[in-house]
Amino acid sequence: MAQIFAYILHKDGVVDDTALELRTAAATLDPEAAVTAVVTGSAGDLDNVCKEAARSFDTVWKVENDALAYPNAEVIRLLMKQLLPKNSRVLLPHEHFGMDLAPGLSVALEAAYLPDSVTFEGMEGDALKAVREEYSGMVRTHVRCDLSTGAVITLRPGAFAPDERKDKTGEIIDKTPEILQEGLQEAPRRFLELVEAEAGDVDITKSEVLVSVGRGIEEQDNLEMIHELAKAMGADVSCSRPIVDAKWMEKSRQVGTSGKTVKPKVYLALGISGSFQHLGGIKGSPFMVAVNKNPKAPIFQVADVGVVADILDFVPNLTEKIAEGAK
Amino acid sequence: MEILVCVKRVPDTSENEITVNRDGTDIEREDLVYSVNEWDNYAVEEAIRLRDAVGGSVTVVSLGPEEAEEVIRREMAMGADKGIHLMDPVFEGSDGRGVAAALKAEVGKGNYDLVLTGAQADDGAGQVGGMLAAMLQWPFAALVNHIEVSGDGILKIGREIAGGNQEFSEIRLPCVLSIQTGINEPRYVGIRGIRKVASLEIPVRGTAELGIPPEAVGEAGAKVKRIDYFVPQLGDGAEILEGSQEEIIDKLIELLKSKGGIK
Repeated sequence: MAQIFAYILHKDGVVDDTALELRTAAATLDPEAAVTAVVTGSAGDLDNVCKEAARSFDTVWKVENDALAYPNAEVIRLLMKQLLPKNSRVLLPHEHFGMDLAPGLSVALEAAYLPDSVTFEGMEGDALKAVREEYSGMVRTHVRCDLSTGAVITLRPGAFAPDERKDKTGEIIDKTPEILQEGLQEAPRRFLELVEAEAGDVDITKSEVLVSVGRGIEEQDNLEMIHELAKAMGADVSCSRPIVDAKWMEKSRQVGTSGKTVKPKVYLALGISGSFQHLGGIKGSPFMVAVNKNPKAPIFQVADVGVVADILDFVPNLTEKIAEGAK
Repeated sequence: MEILVCVKRVPDTSENEITVNRDGTDIEREDLVYSVNEWDNYAVEEAIRLRDAVGGSVTVVSLGPEEAEEVIRREMAMGADKGIHLMDPVFEGSDGRGVAAALKAEVGKGNYDLVLTGAQADDGAGQVGGMLAAMLQWPFAALVNHIEVSGDGILKIGREIAGGNQEFSEIRLPCVLSIQTGINEPRYVGIRGIRKVASLEIPVRGTAELGIPPEAVGEAGAKVKRIDYFVPQLGDGAEILEGSQEEIIDKLIELLKSKGGIK
């Protein structure tokens, strides 16, 4: 039987939440399989990370090297290629590290690459039937991935329910001696530094009510109406990615996996289609209202209340009515 | 610096409602507005800026049907020097690996220092750049939102990671980078610009010209195959407010007040 591996993300000695999602996915792939967690890093907190991983996986492979102090995909790809047996099935989360490592890893392992799965529907012989999203989540597809020569599979964070049992006592095996050390130090890509996002004038992570604007605003000049509505409601203004890409608002106002994670009580999404990256930045189940002219926009599937309308027409009228009521 | 940028023609999701056709074999493609993949447009802009700063040339390559020529020409109007069109009936049904294999062959025909792709496409999964790099045995970085030439054969790059933070690295040329939106502000291309490049020749290459076996690409070479399309049903969905706009607004204000949304 092909072995299943889960690459464990960790930071400051803490295992990332996605590790528990990988456990769920691995069990769906093959309920009988013993699953091996791969943990790489430099000394310090690495043993704690391995111990934590051993509570959720049958075996933990530890690789320790100074070159692994920061997770550099170019280095980790090299060592995974040395470490993993033929026809392995490798699971990792589809986020900025997974996207960096996985496609090239599949080539290095001569394995299939199944990116960004949201559901596994089961095996059909040697093939996995899985579900992916396309067009910002407006449609989904069933795909069949041939696992017979191994596979690298990335999972959308949050799509698989975490298995929180932590009922295993996996064996921790130090694989460091099996890795060619010198190659790792000379990787063609070298980590320099992390630069934290600048704090903005408003901390939207603390806002109770957010009026959030997306691509539907069409032009920079139209943003004024959003600020007016927010003022009338006593809310703060946030936005989705296209608004920041266009440099119409500060990065500190962006809600999403590449922006801020917010936890308001009320979230008003205006002209936002609702990509999973955007929705990934909204926590705490707020009361969500979506206004969008496209009735098929994915945001309507997660919002509590929807209005099918062009925000350019709807928002000024809404603001006027709220302002009237306040008099 | 010799730069190759890989671009793709895709349905424009900001202009279209994407729906599934009756038997679920494809999305409804009639009346769709197509454009260059948004991420790729940022990649071309970045390539042009790099070339203008340090010299060299920008070549745009697209794999796709007849119509892919439109997006190649559009990116040439932006300022790319050359265009190349990879077209062959056997490319149909290729997975990411197949597309990367064709691009690898094209890269081998040139003398490139840098290959850029978009970080992802609306109908893809951000895989081709990383695969292409691995096939070429060049270094790779995904989600790049900053590039500067920092030394001889070395770039300093920024990658967008979680929470709006940025990770800086040095990477050796030749390399492949996948470009994130927001790295620059792509220039506007007017109709006049497109006319200017209308008569420029764009060489077309198939598997024979690329020297790759047809079974390495297309449906035959694919390990990942789409079975069907469907529209997801997540949760119960929103309660859609009906009525005149006035009625809707009254209802909405009432709801917002009850949830503490209006102070």
